[in-house]
This record gives sequence, structure tokens and C-alpha cells, in this order.
Amino acid sequence: MATNGDKSRAEIYWQRNLRILFALLAVWAAVSFGAGILWVDWLNQFTLPFSGFKLGFWFAQQGSMYTFVALIFIYTRLMSRLDREFGVDEG
Amino acid sequence: MDVQNWTFLIVGGTFALYIAIALRSRAGSTGEFYVAGGGVHPVVNGMATGADWMSAASFISMAGLISFMGYDGSVYLMGWTGGYVLLALLLAPYLRKFGKFTVPDFVGDRYYSNTARVVAVVCAVFVSFTYVAGQMRGVGVVFSRFLEVDINTGVLIGMGIVFFYAVLGGMKGITYTQAAQYCVLIFAFMVPAIFISILLTDNPIPQLGFGGSLGGEIGTRIAGGESVTLLDKLDGLHKELGFDAYTAAKRPMIDIMCITGALMVGTAGLPHVIVRFYTVPKVRDARISAGWALLFIAILYTTAPAVAAFARTNLIDSVSGAHYAQADGEKSVPQWFKTWEDTGLLAWVDKNHDGKIQYLPGKAVDGKPQFLNAGDGTPARGEHGERLIGNPTEGIPNELYVDRDIMVLANPEIADLPAWVIALVAAGALAAALSTAAGLLLVVSAAISHDLLKRVIVPSISEKQELLAARISAALAIGVAGYFGINPPGFVAQVVAFAFGLAASTFFPAIILGVFVKRANREGVILGMLSGLIFTASYIVYFKFMGGTPDQYWFGISPEGIGSIGMLVNFVVAFLVSFTTAPPPDEVQEMVENIRIPAGSGQPTAGH
Repeated sequence: MATNGDKSRAEIYWQRNLRILFALLAVWAAVSFGAGILWVDWLNQFTLPFSGFKLGFWFAQQGSMYTFVALIFIYTRLMSRLDREFGVDEG
Repeated sequence: MDVQNWTFLIVGGTFALYIAIALRSRAGSTGEFYVAGGGVHPVVNGMATGADWMSAASFISMAGLISFMGYDGSVYLMGWTGGYVLLALLLAPYLRKFGKFTVPDFVGDRYYSNTARVVAVVCAVFVSFTYVAGQMRGVGVVFSRFLEVDINTGVLIGMGIVFFYAVLGGMKGITYTQAAQYCVLIFAFMVPAIFISILLTDNPIPQLGFGGSLGGEIGTRIAGGESVTLLDKLDGLHKELGFDAYTAAKRPMIDIMCITGALMVGTAGLPHVIVRFYTVPKVRDARISAGWALLFIAILYTTAPAVAAFARTNLIDSVSGAHYAQADGEKSVPQWFKTWEDTGLLAWVDKNHDGKIQYLPGKAVDGKPQFLNAGDGTPARGEHGERLIGNPTEGIPNELYVDRDIMVLANPEIADLPAWVIALVAAGALAAALSTAAGLLLVVSAAISHDLLKRVIVPSISEKQELLAARISAALAIGVAGYFGINPPGFVAQVVAFAFGLAASTFFPAIILGVFVKRANREGVILGMLSGLIFTASYIVYFKFMGGTPDQYWFGISPEGIGSIGMLVNFVVAFLVSFTTAPPPDEVQEMVENIRIPAGSGQPTAGH
């Protein structure tokens, strides 16, 4: 990544990386601060299908955590693909 | 075989296992001592991170805490897991690419300043000692409760075990023992949880039983013939007794937001967690390893709220309105009630002299119960046979004191499980406490031998000398931690909030800016860390030690949540100062560009 030609490619790689981060962190915030806290009362009028959970309460004590786990594995996949595309993976 | 013998057998067996692992993985270089040579498989590292992270408090206290807080307990669940998303996306891959040994290493190199390095060392040591004192105490408490040895003897045994594998094996020894400890603790947590779930909901998966209908042996009795979900029943019981609904919020929303945020960001900024991601071979491994870590953690963290709700329902149902003494044909307390009363974790004061337990909102006793003794030194008993206490809270009708730890510790007895399960819980709690203590002690040791000695005071020492220094500082750190375990400072509970607030308002912004904002410079980040630190520390000290009262909270934000605001203060100051002073030197800017790209990650190096 020393020459100028490479540099712009490095910048594009970084922009794509940031885009992935923003998208995933938006979901991260939506399930925790959003569904688990901010909208919890409104969501509690619904029930999670096939269970006795109030929906907001479920997000706060179960759903947010399942989503977090999924987010990290999705991130890993997206980044591996991006690394390969830009030839910066570790082989 | 009785509980005592089972406990000796299982605890002894697990300890022998940890020692055997330690003997097989001795560290021969500083690289092995600090970061296990950077060759740990990502799944193993995930397990080790799980054990590193889940402390005695997660294992013993968290479910109980949630049990008493209801919905508000979600702050711990979301806070202590959500931080791993930040860790995986924003920190771990870049720090792994940076490829040094410690967090102060990164702060010192990225901000080309030994002042920044020393500030980071002080924060790392403070955060780690805050935490480790509680772990050592936890080891002592488990020993005394399950094996009837003195608490102090228990602390000494714990110190001996940790000494063995931390001083000999460093990070290499710790990593593989932590992976074993994860297996022990998760098994020990899940077995009673599954049994309780079957008893209350007839569903072997606690996460599903949590949202299911009452059923099974105990659940059917509680439901009393109607078909009702566990959570609806629990909300109903709460309402009957005058508590707030279990599933409803009690704290102000802004406070819940701030506490969750501070715990998330604090988790991502804790040095003993971050350093685990230096131990895997590649950047890609650091990413996936965070995923495995969170998966392993989430198994316990999604079970804990289910256990909390089961235990709460069962507790209210079996004690509320029950006779303390056996009364024919009427509800009386179960046997475990008296067992745990003997340990001092339960107490009952018959305020209205009806011989029945009234469990209502409000304090039953002032602080912890003080049990009275009769003239001959045995516990004094009241007219129904209950232990008498000297400090009941007058004017509040609630008669029952319940220590939150009981929710996990008493589960096997409540569910009438065999003796080996009780022994397993003891081994699990010890695994949780020891693994966290070892991880923290290694941070302290590396901060002293590497960050202070090698990088600042005497850069000329050889690797062999540094390794010796690392072993000596690990041994000293164990001594100090043991001292705090035997003589716990009264403020331990308060300073845990401090550890998270501190990590959130210092390390996290410094590392994020270091990776994502090339323009962030030495002046900006040092001032940012100091203002975040001073702001957060002043708020916590004022409310925790100088008599501040909740009605003085800014916008209703409690000291537990103020780290979120401290983090913002840090970010704002660092931005303003960075952009009005000279940019970082070219080689630092190049370093930032380099850590943003995975290719070329090598073995961790000592940095000179």
C-alpha cells in the first residue's frame, strides 16, 4: 500500500468497511437501545409469536443478545469477502 | 456420598485438571507470557474469553440481581453482551493487526507519547485491581460456604492455584486453563437451570420455558389449575403483593439507556478482555473469535434471566403467606428456607406476630441482617423457631430479607437435585472466579514489566530479564489481590461501577479515535482521557462517597450510567483539541493506514 495508485484503492476499501460497520451498528442500536429500551412499552402490547413473551421485554432480555451474536458472525463473513475482493486477506 | 464429599471430589478434580494444564503449557518467552505466542485457535480463544469475562458475579449474583430488578435487570444483559459487538467491529481486528502485547502499548505508540502510555498503565492497573479484589473474595466465600473452611483459607488456596498457572504459564497457561474453566462453569450453570425449567414449565430449554406456560411438577401447583404463562403469573403475583410488575420498567428511561451504554462501552474498553484478541494468529481470527466468545457468553446470559424469573416465581409462591413452623393443612415454608436462614442469606422477622411470612415491597431489615445469639453462643430463636435479628426496619410491613446470591446457590436444593449437582455449582463458581482473577492479574503484570519497565524505565533489559520481571510482578500482583481478598475494602461494591465508567471514559475513545480518526493526536487524546476521567470520577465520587442523593442526579442519570456521558466528554475534547493542534507525525499516520488493512499481520512483537 505504498504507491499512490494503491492508496486510492485502500481508501475505497476503508469506505466499504465503514459502510458495513454503520449498517451493522444501526441494527445493534435498533435491537438494544431501540426495541429493548426506547420502544419497549409500545412493543409490549404485542406478544412474540408461539410464546408468552411481551415483545419489548423479549428484546431486552433475549432477542437483543441473539441478534448481537448473529451480527458478529455476519460481520466476519462480509469482511472476509471484502478482504478477498481487495486482495488484502491474509491467505 | 454426601454433598461435602462430592464437593471435595469435584472441586479437587477440577483443580488437578487446571494444574495439569499449567504444567503442560509453561511460557518460555515474553511473547508466550503476554499473548500466548499469538497462536491460539479462535474457538479456544472464544472459550477463554468467555471464562475471562464471566466472573464470580456473573455466575453467582447476576441471575439473583435480575430476579429482584425484573425488566430493569436488562441493563446488565444487553450491556455486558452488546459490548462484544463494539469489540468485534471496532477494536479487536485493528488491535490484532497492530500486533503488540498490551493496551498501553497501543495508546503509547499511536499517540507517540510516554505520558499517554503511563496514563493508560495507571488506568489499566486501577481497573484490574478493582475487579480482582472481588474475585479473590468470591473464591473465599465459595470455599467457606461449600467446604466449611475459613474464608481466608479459601482465599489462600485460590491464590496458590492462580499463582501456579499464571506465574508459570503466563498467558499461555491462563488461556488453556480458562478454556477448561469455561467448560466447567457453563456445565455447572446449565444443569440446575435445565432442571428448574423442567420443574416450572415442563420445558428442558430455559430460554423457551421462560416464555412458556406454567407446567411440570412445581409449575402445575403454582398455576393452580388455570392455564397461564410464567411471566403473566409472575406479573400477577407482583401486583397482588404490591410490587411493580416484573416485566415493567422502574428506573427512568434515560438512566436505563446510560447504564446500558456505559456497560457496553466499558466492556469493550476493559484491558483484560481486549488483550485476549492479541493471542490469535490472524486478523480474521480476531473477528471470528469475538463471535465465538459472545456465543459462549450468551449461553449463560440468555439462561440467567430465565433462571431469575423461575426463582422469583418459585420464591414468592412458596414463602408468601406461608407458616414458618409446620402447620397442619396449611402452607408452610419449605426445608431449604431454614437451611439458607442458617447461612444468613435469608431472614424473617415476624413483625405482626401471626407466624406467617409477609413478603411485601420495602426493606425488612436495615442493611444486612444482624443475627442475635443466645447466652451460650448458639443462635437465638423466636417463638416459631426462627432466628432472631437485631435490626428490623420498623414501620414497613415487609418481613422477609433475601440475599440475591441465593437465587443461584439455592437452586439445586429448591429443585431437590442430587448432591453432585450442588458440588458442581461450587466448582463452577470457583472456575468463574479463578479464570477472571488470572486474566486480570496478567494485565497488571504486563503493565508493570512490559509497559513501565521495558518501554519507559529501562528499555535496555533483555528478554530473559523482562520475562523474569513479568513473573515477579505477577507473583506480587497475586499477593496484593489476596490481601484485598482477605481484607476487603468496604467500597468494593461501589468501585465496580468505577471500573466500567473508567474504561468507558478513557480507553474506549482513545482506541476508537486511534483507529478511525487519523487526525487524532497526542494532545487531543491525553486531554480527552483526562477530562473523561476527571468528569466521570468526580460524579461517581460525589454520589458514592460524599453523600450525594438521587434527586440531585443530572437528568436522572445514576453514577452507574455516567460513564456514557464521560465517554462523550472525552470524544468532544479530543476532537476539538486534535483539530486545533499539529497533526500526528507521518510515520504515525502511516501506522494507522497499515492497521486498517488485514494483510501482513505477523507474530506479535516486542516493539523495538
